[in-house]
Amino acid sequence: MKRILLYILPLMLSNLCYATGEYGYPIDDPIVATVVGTPKDDAAALAKDIPRSEKSIAIFANRPVKKFFPINTLNYTLISQAHKAPLIFSIAGTGASHRSAKMQLLEKVFYRAGFHVVSLPSPTYANFIVNASSTQVPGHLVQDSKDLYFVMERIRQQLSSQLKISNYYLTGYSLGGAQAAFVAKLDTQKQTFNFKKVLLINPPVSLFNSVSILDDLLTDNISGGVQGFNTFFDELMQDFSKIYQNSEHIDFNDNFLYRIYQDNNKKIDTDRLAALIGISFRLSSANMIFTSDIATNAGYILPKNHQLHPTESTTGYFKVASRISFSDYFTERFYPFYRSINPGITQEDLKFSTSLSSIEHYLHTAKNIAVVHNEDDIILAPGDIDFFRNTFGSRAYIYPKGGHLGNMGYSENIEFMLNYFKAQEQ
Amino acid sequence: MSFTLVASLLLISGCSSVAKKQPNELAAQHPVDTVVRDDVDYVIDIYDPFEGFNRSVYRFNAGFDRYLYLPVTSAYEAVTPDPVENAIANFFNNIFEITNLSNAVLQLKPKPALETTGRIIINTTLGIGGLFDVATKLGIYRHQEDFGQTLGHYGVGNGAYLVLPVFGPSNLRDATGAITDSLFFSEVDILHLDEHSKRKLAFYLADAINSRHNISFRYYDTGSPFEYELIRLLYTKKRMLDIAR
Repeated sequence: MKRILLYILPLMLSNLCYATGEYGYPIDDPIVATVVGTPKDDAAALAKDIPRSEKSIAIFANRPVKKFFPINTLNYTLISQAHKAPLIFSIAGTGASHRSAKMQLLEKVFYRAGFHVVSLPSPTYANFIVNASSTQVPGHLVQDSKDLYFVMERIRQQLSSQLKISNYYLTGYSLGGAQAAFVAKLDTQKQTFNFKKVLLINPPVSLFNSVSILDDLLTDNISGGVQGFNTFFDELMQDFSKIYQNSEHIDFNDNFLYRIYQDNNKKIDTDRLAALIGISFRLSSANMIFTSDIATNAGYILPKNHQLHPTESTTGYFKVASRISFSDYFTERFYPFYRSINPGITQEDLKFSTSLSSIEHYLHTAKNIAVVHNEDDIILAPGDIDFFRNTFGSRAYIYPKGGHLGNMGYSENIEFMLNYFKAQEQ
Repeated sequence: MSFTLVASLLLISGCSSVAKKQPNELAAQHPVDTVVRDDVDYVIDIYDPFEGFNRSVYRFNAGFDRYLYLPVTSAYEAVTPDPVENAIANFFNNIFEITNLSNAVLQLKPKPALETTGRIIINTTLGIGGLFDVATKLGIYRHQEDFGQTLGHYGVGNGAYLVLPVFGPSNLRDATGAITDSLFFSEVDILHLDEHSKRKLAFYLADAINSRHNISFRYYDTGSPFEYELIRLLYTKKRMLDIAR
């Protein structure tokens, strides 16, 4: 009975304003929500199998191939309808591939809403940096969005013979959400797609502020450098071992973390979880920084002019890369690089240009763009939610809880997305 | 095949994986030798004396996966309805309970041994020759045990990290364990595979495809230039947990 109610309830609520009604997402702590996500029983029922196909496209045909990188095309996923349909481009979050769990969730949502779906990796994902980034120094919203736009145009060409497309739509989560805003703005000049509707899912307001918050999650919760990390890791392994030994049956699936959370009677050390989020971000950032370094021969971590061979150990470089924060990368590599292109630009200018505030006026007036966010999203700084409310007005849908994307799979959120995009097609 | 493989791995002194200084090379802004300290342990360090060789095999496996293993598996998935796929997976799980049972006994673990015996009986009878996993539905869960875990249980360390062709991440202890388990399985030979070479071939091919079908891992999907290190760490820690369980 409870199950049935869970499915019916969101349908009943879908006629109400989402942000004001009772919101049933079950996890109150934003850190826990971010890590655990949506428990299976509260998740929307979506198709298990959809017709996905892995596609690839060459963007810079003449770019010299680096031996170390195994793939020299940009990979993306296509989900196609059998008939003429609108196509939605979907952009992954920081460091994520087009095949990430969140991307696959969105694919199911949009497929059900009747769209062809093209899932794109984040411009901070290695395969994109190597094969589709024009600067190969990722993190610049304007530049990365230009690259995305070019990729989308090329994919449109590639698919033109096999798909019947009625209209174009756009979405992205986290960093991909912020990029979607910039891509949409670029499209008002280029007009290749004339997006009917754009949805930004939990984007940062200021990229730099958000990454600083994520950097701090690591340093605030694990002190003592490498030694401190070792202690943290040992304790974590011991915790895992205890859980593993004491439970009859564990599947390492999507519901794994929620079960741990439940089995521990919802008493979870949030500092430790916060540190885990910090580690996960640091890992993405290390991947991005080292990939960019190999691709550009900048001599940041890899010795300059060193040809990295595929069988050569990279463990030493990992140790170095994992000690570099995003803020270090910004001041040591990112800022000098963009200053060399644009002399006279200050660090503050650069930080401002990689924020949604820099296109506030556009976002305020663009009636086809909406944002969905959470009041307690951990990547936001104080005042950021007000920025969304003031800038987007009635096009800002703010949930009271869910952390960073924790509630993305929650039935009510999914129902909202379905309705938001469906309404447009009629 | 596996014997010669391990033997040759032991003989090869491991093509050097340590970076040599190349001509025209200039020190990095954050050089490894000034940042990394010798007196500190790093979590990412796993004993891997054959790293260069392992990395070559890793790359070979990625290619094998991309051009042969995955296409064959996808074709299998395309022509096989989900319930049939599940029945095939259950069938292999049930057959290989022999490995779980023998190793639970060797480790003197009464509960896993009894439950595994129960699972075999229930799934072979009520589950129609293992096609349905009735035991799990009854709350009798699978205990994954292998000879690598048995060796670990009695204090044998990991030994060198190894990437095996096709099979992927392993180490000296677990590769030895896997060979032992497969020898034991052929010795028991409940399906009388030895008398029918075609049946034997079909069995191992189906086993290979079913195994790939059940693993969602895709090479280079992490998007990390450190994927090799991360998989090496995960594999080693996961096995540690399995042994401690």
